[in-house]
Amino acid sequence: MTTLAASGAIPRSLETSVAGELVDRRIVFSYLVASLFYLGLAILAGFLFSLQFLQRYPFEGIELFSPGRWRMVHTNGVAYGFIANAFLGALHWAVPRMTLRPVLHRGLSWFIFWAWQVIVVSTAGGLLLGQAQALEWGETPTWIDPLALVGLILVAINFLVPIARTQGPLYVALWYFIAAFIWTILVYAMGNFLPQYFVGGAAAGAIGGLFIHDLVGLFVTPLGWGLMYYFVPIILRKPVWSHGLSLVGFWGLAFFYPLTGIHHFLYSPIPLFLQHGAVVTTIAIELVVTTVIINFFMTIVGRGDALRTSMPIRWFYTGMVFYFTTCLQCAFQTTLTFQKIIHFTDWVVGHAHLVMFGVFGFWLLGSMVYLIPRVLNAAWYSPVLNSWHFWLTALGTLIMFFDLLVAGLVQGFMWRDLAHWDDSLVASMPFWLVRTFSGIMIMVGQFLFFYNVYMTWRWRPPVSTEAPPTPVMPQQPAIA
Amino acid sequence: MFESKSGIFFVAGLGFFGLSFLVMAVLPWTIYAGEKELDLNELAVRGITHEFVDLAERYPEQFKKHFGEVSYESFSEALRIGHRAYVAEACWHCHSQFVRPVSNEDLRWGPVSHALEYQNVLQRPVLFGTRRVGPDLIREAARRSNDWHVAHFWKPTSVAPASVMPSYRWFFDAEGYPNKKGMAIITYIQWLGSWLEEYPYFHGEGPDVAAPAPKEGAS
Ligand code: HEC
Repeated sequence: MTTLAASGAIPRSLETSVAGELVDRRIVFSYLVASLFYLGLAILAGFLFSLQFLQRYPFEGIELFSPGRWRMVHTNGVAYGFIANAFLGALHWAVPRMTLRPVLHRGLSWFIFWAWQVIVVSTAGGLLLGQAQALEWGETPTWIDPLALVGLILVAINFLVPIARTQGPLYVALWYFIAAFIWTILVYAMGNFLPQYFVGGAAAGAIGGLFIHDLVGLFVTPLGWGLMYYFVPIILRKPVWSHGLSLVGFWGLAFFYPLTGIHHFLYSPIPLFLQHGAVVTTIAIELVVTTVIINFFMTIVGRGDALRTSMPIRWFYTGMVFYFTTCLQCAFQTTLTFQKIIHFTDWVVGHAHLVMFGVFGFWLLGSMVYLIPRVLNAAWYSPVLNSWHFWLTALGTLIMFFDLLVAGLVQGFMWRDLAHWDDSLVASMPFWLVRTFSGIMIMVGQFLFFYNVYMTWRWRPPVSTEAPPTPVMPQQPAIA
Repeated sequence: MFESKSGIFFVAGLGFFGLSFLVMAVLPWTIYAGEKELDLNELAVRGITHEFVDLAERYPEQFKKHFGEVSYESFSEALRIGHRAYVAEACWHCHSQFVRPVSNEDLRWGPVSHALEYQNVLQRPVLFGTRRVGPDLIREAARRSNDWHVAHFWKPTSVAPASVMPSYRWFFDAEGYPNKKGMAIITYIQWLGSWLEEYPYFHGEGPDVAAPAPKEGAS
């Protein structure tokens, strides 16, 4: 963030006195609770599906428990339930505080909140009833697509109006948010309508690849980095190291990220020159990412103790390490050489888990650890549980990642060497067992966290009726 | 521009997205725009598969009830329902539908996929897939018998002991015969690849084609 940002432009006294009325704490908390609910559901769905791979599926032969359908509940639950809700909650906290204006309309916020829950629940219901659409991450039944699009447009309006009304230089976080709002709408419309109604065949494959990738790159990534540019300087109480690198990072991402989609379908019937283009831009992205990572790690230099003392910072920086890892992995796995072996294998599944959960999941969980005591005006019920949450999740994610990485190599080479398909399944089985156990670690971690949130909520101090709640918070979040 | 709201909104937000849309979506779109997308009827008249007829002979009563006679209409109806089930059950999350020109995939499955094979309504949205838990299916036609598929959908481990494919009991009626969905999905699976000239010899069932002929001009 620029030096104008966290400290300079807004006197701290003013900020704290107005923030109480700016931020609707109840809606932030409601979004976070909804998000955690879907996180629990999505993790259970993933766990269930993983049992299929051990030939131990508990609900065999029951249509509503068709493993394939629950697999879609897993991915969609994470994207639209967990991640989208958590972002909306965090945005309702961050945007008013950065713009010094409330969102356009609080009633609209609540309307969007309920509408979004209806959309997510009907998506899950529709998938389980067999109405999926054949588009990865766009499986949302076709009748829900237009509703979701309207929801996204309302979200954009609700936040963009206060942002548009601000004067003077913008926070870096707001660059990312502005871009993310417009991109999300465009990406969603493109991905859900074009391949279904307008384009068929290989060209639709190109659009499908663009959609999956843009959903990560133009919806989740900019909102995630926006939150990092907001939270990290505030918690560390120092500006981001280099404004120049912030600029490079933002514009580099904005330019290269959308150009990479086709790398999901290399060696497919999509024209080869387009595949080559996507490979080059994917490698370029890695360079941009490196600048962002350098910027954040130079920021924490001198404040390394925060990794120990501040739980959110620990989540954020672990996520950044994972981010760099996945992006480095991208730069290699996008090459045609790697693709020969790893495409279609569990390598990619490991990669996806590290990106979606190890990076963005971690950032959002870290944001929650920061936000929940503040919106409830209560200290964490148990910092020890928070610590368990972190370590179980971090270790579980790492184990899952490496396990699937190796599984992918084993599968890829066995297939190339024309092993019998069943033999490749037998060889994968031990890896799938480890995967399930690492998933259980993650699951236990989350359930400890849910319990902690519940107890924190339960023992929160009563809201006094006279004075508005004081927004003055413990300066350092609960430590582990 | 780099730090202004309008710069970010119009250049990064709309502009860069528009650019990527042009390059990554409109370009391939125009490349194939001249190729007609076949509808269900056109797919059906290209040829009714043996396996569809076989289903009618094997389960005459059930077939009559669900599809009536063997005809272009009933065939395209079965393809439509089978495709629908394939999407709804997310078979496409465990099975891909394209053979790549690398990693010996043509030896395992048959001819490498060609873009025009995907110009039809049953590839909307396209079913390339991203993960192979089970084998690729775009060359599945006639690789196995209908009976094999019936047993496989009922209990995959009965024919492939290490299989992790789910069993699809709801593709069967109370007496254990494949129901409408079951017949439809078998029809659909048995149709994948049947449009190729090499069909069904790419499975090595024909004379001496298991080992591909040496490529011309290969040194
Ligand atoms: C959990 C992943 C999974 C799902 C979901 C799945 N399959 Fe499979 N499938 C497999 C595996 C693994 C095999 C290889 C072992 C075997 O033959 O059962 C396989 C094999 C097959 C085969 C045999 C291919 C061959 O010739 O060897 C067919 C056909 C098939 N699946 C069709 C389907 C259909 C249709 C669906 C959806 C209704 C489906 N599969 C859903 C994993 C899956």
